[in-house]
Amino acid sequence: MIYDVINNLTGSPVLSAVIVAMLPLFLFILPFALVAVYLERKVSAHMQDRLGPMRVGYHGVLQTIADIIKLIQKEDIIAKDNDKLLFNIAPVLVFVGSYAAFAAIPFTSIFIGAQIDLGIFLIIAVTGLVVAGILMAGWASNNKYSLLGAMRAVAQIISYEIPTILVVLSLVMMTGSMNLYTLSEMQTGYFWNWNLFGGNYDILQKLLLIPFMLIGFIIIYISTLAEVNRTPFDIPEAESELVSGFHTEYSGMKFAMFFLAEYANMFAVSAIVAALFLGGYQSPFGYLGNLIGAEWLVPIEQFLWFTIKGVGLVLVQMWLRWTLPRLRVDQLMTVSWKYLIPISFVNLIIIGLITIL
Amino acid sequence: MKEYFSNIFNALSTVWTGMKITFKHLFIPSVTIQYPEVRLQLPERERNRLYVNMDDCIGCDQCARACPVNCITIETVKSIPGDDLGKTSNGKKKALWVTRFDIDFAKCCYCQLCVFPCPTECIYMTDVYEFSEFDRDKLIYEFSTLTKEEKREKLERLDRHYNEREADKLGRM
Repeated sequence: MIYDVINNLTGSPVLSAVIVAMLPLFLFILPFALVAVYLERKVSAHMQDRLGPMRVGYHGVLQTIADIIKLIQKEDIIAKDNDKLLFNIAPVLVFVGSYAAFAAIPFTSIFIGAQIDLGIFLIIAVTGLVVAGILMAGWASNNKYSLLGAMRAVAQIISYEIPTILVVLSLVMMTGSMNLYTLSEMQTGYFWNWNLFGGNYDILQKLLLIPFMLIGFIIIYISTLAEVNRTPFDIPEAESELVSGFHTEYSGMKFAMFFLAEYANMFAVSAIVAALFLGGYQSPFGYLGNLIGAEWLVPIEQFLWFTIKGVGLVLVQMWLRWTLPRLRVDQLMTVSWKYLIPISFVNLIIIGLITIL
Repeated sequence: MKEYFSNIFNALSTVWTGMKITFKHLFIPSVTIQYPEVRLQLPERERNRLYVNMDDCIGCDQCARACPVNCITIETVKSIPGDDLGKTSNGKKKALWVTRFDIDFAKCCYCQLCVFPCPTECIYMTDVYEFSEFDRDKLIYEFSTLTKEEKREKLERLDRHYNEREADKLGRM
C-alpha cells in the first residue's frame, strides 16, 4: 500500500496521510479535468463537423490551461441578496462530496485511499453531500433559476440513486463484498472473470448471469449518468430553460470548483462502474510485468488499465451527451420510477436466485 | 405490458441509432475552416470594397448620381485652356480636375450600381472585405490624387482665369 511506503519514507503518519489524501487530486483529478474538458470540446466539435479549439497550442491542447488562467483572474461576484455563508460553502461542499468518493476507489492494487470494508457504501453515502451542496448553492443564490435548477437536481439525484443502489446491491449479493478493492481483486485474471461476464462463477451460472449483468450494467450506467447531471439528464442546468441552473450566480474560482466537481464526478462514477463491472484496475489479458518478471511494472499497468476504462466510460458519456436531446422533467421521473427501478428490482431478485443455485 | 417492453426496446434502439450517427460524424472532415489562414474562394463576381482608379476618372459624377445611398461625393474643378490632363485608358479626354472623390463605406451598400454607368470603367469592386475600423470616420476613403495645395491652386487658377476673361470682355466692350 502506498501509505506504508510514504510512512516509511517520511516517518510521520500525519504527513503521509495528508500526502496520500492529496495524491488523487494532484495526480489524477486535476490532470483528468484538464484533459476531459479539452476532450469534451474536441469530441463535441468533431461530432458536429466542427474543429473545436485550434488556437492555443497544437490543435488547441493548451486551451483548458488558458481557460483556467482566465477563470483565476475573474472577479468573484457575490450579489447583494445572496446568503453569503451558504453561497461560499456550497461549491466547496460539492467538490468535497465528489472528491471524497475517490477515497475508496482503488486506482491500482497498491494505491487506494482508504482500504475500508464499506467502500461502495461510503461512496454512495458521501456523494450525498453533493446534493446538499447543490441545494445550498441554489438557495443561497437567491435567484429563481438557481433555485429551480437546484430543486430539479436534488429530485433527480435522489430518484436515480435508487436504481444505482439496487444494482450495486445485486453485485454485493453476488460477490459478498462491499470493498471495492476486494471486488477488483476478485475479478483478476482475464476479462471473462469480470463481473460483467458473470464473475468467478461456474460456466453454467456465468452463462445465466451474463444477460442480467448486462442489464445491470446498462441501468447503473444510465442512473449514474443522471446522478452527475449530464445530458440527456441535464435538466438541473438546462441552459435553454434555466440560464445554467444552480451555478448561474457563480463566477471565477467558485464556478471553477463546480466545474471541477462535475468532471471529478464524471470520472468517479465511471470508475465505480468500471470497478464494479469491468474489473477495476485489472488487465483483461494478464500483465506484461508478470510475463517478463518485473513486479514493479504491474501497478503501473494497472493504473493504466484503470485510466483507460474510466476515460473510456467518460468518453461514452460525452458521446451520449452530444447525441441525445434533454429529457423533460416528467420523462426523467418516468425513466427512473417506472422503468429503471422495477427492472433493477427484478434484476436484483434474479441475480440473487442465480447466485444461490 | 406489451407497451412497456416496446417502450424499452424503442428507447434503446433509437439511442443506439443516434449514437451510430454521431459516431459516424466523428470521422467526417469538419466543414469549418481556420479563417485568417485559410480563406474561402470568393465567387467570380463578388461585391466588396470599391476602388477608384483616378488615372481614368473623368469626374463625370455618374457614379455619385447612381448611388442609392449617396455615399459617393465628387467635387470637380474645370480645367483652363492649355491644361493637359491626359487621356483615359479608353481614349476619353479628361476635362476636369477631380478635387474630391470620397466614398463613405459606412454608408455603402455594395450594390454595384455605381460600377455600371462609369464610362471609363474606373470604379470597380475589389476582393477586399476586411476593412473594419474602430472609428467610423476612417471608413471615408479619399481617392482624389491631388494634394490640398494642388486643389487650392487649381481653384485659384480657375478663378484667375474667369477674372481675366471677365476683364477681357469688359475691355472689348
